[in-house]
Amino acid sequence: MAAPLTSLEPVFPVLRAFVSTIVPEATILDEERWVELRRLIDLALRDRPASLRRRVRLALHFIQWLPLLRYARPFTALDPARRARFLSFLENSPLQTVRSGFFGLRTLALLGYYGQPQAAAEIGYAATARGWDALR
Amino acid sequence: MNTRSYDIVIIGSGAGGGAVAQELSSLCREAGLRIAVLEKGPKLRDEEFTGGELEMSRAIYEDGGGFLTADGAMTLAFGSAYGGSTVVYTGTSLLPPPRVIEHWNVPGLAHEEITRRAQKFIQQNNVHLLEEPLINDNNRLFVEGCRKLGWRAEQFPVNVKGCRGSSLCNLGCPNQAKQGTNRVQLPRAEQNGVEVVTRCEVLRIAGKSVVARVTEKSADGKGEPSSWPSGDHRINAKAIVLSAGAIHSPALLLRSGFERALPRLGHGFTSHPAFILVAEHPRPITNFVGHPKSFYLDQFAASDRFILETCMYFPFVTAKSLAGFGPEHSSFLRAFPRLQMILVLACDHIDEHNRVTIDSAGRPVVHYRCTPQVAQSLVSGAVASAKIFFAAGASRVHLPVAPSPTLTAADAARLDALAADCRFVPGKTAVSAAHLQGGCGMGRSPQDSVTDSRGRVHGHPGLFVADASLFPNSVEINPYLTIMALADRVAETIREEWQALQ
Repeated sequence: MAAPLTSLEPVFPVLRAFVSTIVPEATILDEERWVELRRLIDLALRDRPASLRRRVRLALHFIQWLPLLRYARPFTALDPARRARFLSFLENSPLQTVRSGFFGLRTLALLGYYGQPQAAAEIGYAATARGWDALR
Repeated sequence: MNTRSYDIVIIGSGAGGGAVAQELSSLCREAGLRIAVLEKGPKLRDEEFTGGELEMSRAIYEDGGGFLTADGAMTLAFGSAYGGSTVVYTGTSLLPPPRVIEHWNVPGLAHEEITRRAQKFIQQNNVHLLEEPLINDNNRLFVEGCRKLGWRAEQFPVNVKGCRGSSLCNLGCPNQAKQGTNRVQLPRAEQNGVEVVTRCEVLRIAGKSVVARVTEKSADGKGEPSSWPSGDHRINAKAIVLSAGAIHSPALLLRSGFERALPRLGHGFTSHPAFILVAEHPRPITNFVGHPKSFYLDQFAASDRFILETCMYFPFVTAKSLAGFGPEHSSFLRAFPRLQMILVLACDHIDEHNRVTIDSAGRPVVHYRCTPQVAQSLVSGAVASAKIFFAAGASRVHLPVAPSPTLTAADAARLDALAADCRFVPGKTAVSAAHLQGGCGMGRSPQDSVTDSRGRVHGHPGLFVADASLFPNSVEINPYLTIMALADRVAETIREEWQALQ
């Protein structure tokens, strides 16, 4: 498995907490799967404009520190229920910019998790080129 | 910079570019013309179509399938490969309704002509109705649900040959059964002497030449290397045909400085905004086996401005399409073998806000907002889909526009009442579009359009457009046959006017 790339390295603890809130099953991933998750997200961002990568990092900083105002703790120090409440607040924000930003991060989290063939297999997805022949 | 000379250069190899290349290719043999197709994306070898979701998305879609509108609220999916978007569509092959072409009101363009020209491609690309044993449960349940509601589901003609039912059409058919331009028109054109150059992005048009950049294949990328050396090339041509699609065609003209003479350039962009709805059945169904898109319902297109189509997507795209997150979201994904899916498409119309521009680096920027009418169409289509799901026996439905997205069978009886509480919220509900149209619309003069009715760019002899950007308004169905018919018309014009173009 390829070594992790580095664009999200400084914010990885926040990303890990974020992904685990979006996809609860991620909490039981082993380290190898987390490495793969990061690799997939980095690959998705690699060929996009540098400004987009900066916005992703900024959004993760925002998620880490904004909860201080309400819970007096950063995102990574919150319990799962509070993390979920905070993200729900972002998802339902009256500001489209905030909603879209959350949606973008959520997309990356889902890509990193469900983009892995193991995750696809775990949910019973098994499409192959053999199509109907695979059922016979 | 390398300099090359051709008689005709075609930019893009999808439904439009592929059709033009084939139709003009006999000129290579008959008259010794040199014709080149410049394609930005790669040409993959057959064995490289693996069906892997992220792997294939990265290889054959623009931005890996994640091209976003300027506000980040909608994803635009379009191909970037030998064959363009015909590599990544499902092969659904419909003719536009007569009322749409009448509404377009393009001088000299009649519905009868589009139908006549499309017949050629219906034959060439093996368009037919799939045999009944090849229809899977996901599609049967749609038909059954519609029937119970008294609605009339129609079967899609599809352009497949030897379909094995991989369900992976949108990731490039791993069995090469789908008959896109990559399988039919481009190989025929190449046999006749047309040169197709991949990994070749046209940067700008300058008079009777184009400047293009060829990029090397990356170490971890798929596809064959380009036949040209990497670097910048100037290509002189007597005729230039722009077939780069509804985003890149207007963007290329914009960064080439055409906007002053063509004030409508980039305007008139429509896209059939769509979202994916999911329902769970009590038992496993065949869904990721079989052709994914065999039926549609268009009886509400004129009245409520939405179309429903069967569909089946992959784990990541499905996860993205569901609203929310956490355990409830996961529970739908974990029911994958029991999921039925429907795609709701809104029939959008021209809105002055919605257009293609370029940023300071010349990259395309798509401005799109869902009008209140489009938002209402998506909500109406979602509620109609929920009715179909429950009528087909679903135990629960995910309705992203509902205040609480998960509906159970107990909610089935109150769907009409629930509809009043449903809202489409931009930036919260996953909306995507793959039917990208307009931006170089046909019309009468530079004041109302970019080209005339035969794809000639106003005021620029020898410069043509032949792709979905020609559409002066939404076509309201899956667009590729209409694109090919219009491209055929443009090719015929070039043939007829060839002496004058030299």
